[in-house]
Amino acid sequence: MTRSLQACWVSFSQFAATFGGFQMFTLRLLPYLPRAILRPRLITEQIYSLGALSLVLIMFGGFFVGTVLALQSYSTLLEFGQVDALGAFASEALVRELGPVVTALLFAGRAGSAVASEVGLMRATNQLAAMELMAVDPLQRVIVPRFIAGVVSVPLLAAIFCTMGVLGAYLVGVHQLGVDAGAFWSHIQDRVDLFDDVGSGLFKSFVFGVSASLMGVYEGYYAAPNAGGVSRAATRTVVITSVWILLFDFVLTGMTMPGV
Amino acid sequence: MSTETRAIDIGVGLFILLGLGSVVFLTSQTLGSSGLSDSTSYTLHARFDHIGDLKVRAPVALAGVTIGRVSQISVDPMDYQASVELRIDKTFDQLPIDTFASIATTGILGGKYIELGPGGDEEFLQDQGEIEFTQSAILLENLIGKFMVNGTADKDD
Repeated sequence: MTRSLQACWVSFSQFAATFGGFQMFTLRLLPYLPRAILRPRLITEQIYSLGALSLVLIMFGGFFVGTVLALQSYSTLLEFGQVDALGAFASEALVRELGPVVTALLFAGRAGSAVASEVGLMRATNQLAAMELMAVDPLQRVIVPRFIAGVVSVPLLAAIFCTMGVLGAYLVGVHQLGVDAGAFWSHIQDRVDLFDDVGSGLFKSFVFGVSASLMGVYEGYYAAPNAGGVSRAATRTVVITSVWILLFDFVLTGMTMPGV
Repeated sequence: MSTETRAIDIGVGLFILLGLGSVVFLTSQTLGSSGLSDSTSYTLHARFDHIGDLKVRAPVALAGVTIGRVSQISVDPMDYQASVELRIDKTFDQLPIDTFASIATTGILGGKYIELGPGGDEEFLQDQGEIEFTQSAILLENLIGKFMVNGTADKDD
């Protein structure tokens, strides 16, 4: 009995320590953010490898999510004689929910894990320590550019995801299922609101971008300096980011949903 | 500048352009034109007492076939009527001047569209012409209301 209580206490305090360590890490990063502008080249390199190279995956994902959404909703809408609303249905679901969430999940899998293992390997091979010895702050040189690049990339990727999704829904809905093209767009105009829908979607993906990239650099920076530690950092990044994004999504949806 | 950094710059530039382009698309997908340009279409006007939930870009149909779009809806503050602007494909420029426009519904709960019934006049509607004969949207609620009032009135007799 006492032993299991003790085990509970140990795992709880471990959790609290990780959580607190993460908060401290976030606070430590903040003063570096303005100074990072002085080295834009470091950021663009990371935007390239985190954002631009994720483009194909995101566009592919967005397009097929859009097509599946159109196919799925068509039969239900047909039952109510509302197939004209297909465009509004698909684009609202994409812009509000699927775009930000799926983009962030794909980004965590594609780029977050890459950041974690890259930084983790730097830790394991003492590159970070070497930088410190040369009076180069690894937070400034390695961590902050990756963090900023992630925060910039995710909302842009989410917008691209949504656009591809709407085009996919258009292609399937109008050209395959025979929904009227004018009705498709006019219902989108009617239903999708610039601030309530597009704005809240972009805000969400900004929050997800912060959490995904923060998680990646944190896990990498504090990875155990060995092969197992690097792989654990990559895995933990994907798992924790996914849980976090889904949790945040619920909270943010509750906050931004009109009429709730 | 080495070729590698140049390639990275180009990649980042394209990525950000594509991202911003998508944002613009998402914000403006709602503002697009009626799909019929000025050169391939002409404009007609029609006035209705009530248009139901007719929307801009709703189809305009002749014998059930779409030949145009609703391009603008406004309300006339003088006579309290809804003024609807229609853009019709130029190939259908031989609509008689006594053409009849009514607001119809696709299915029982579907969206509203405008159905044109050609008249028999020798003269044709010109660009910016006005359709004189119109029929308002049939509001299901009103129909049900009338039906119920009639039903109770019958019982009293």
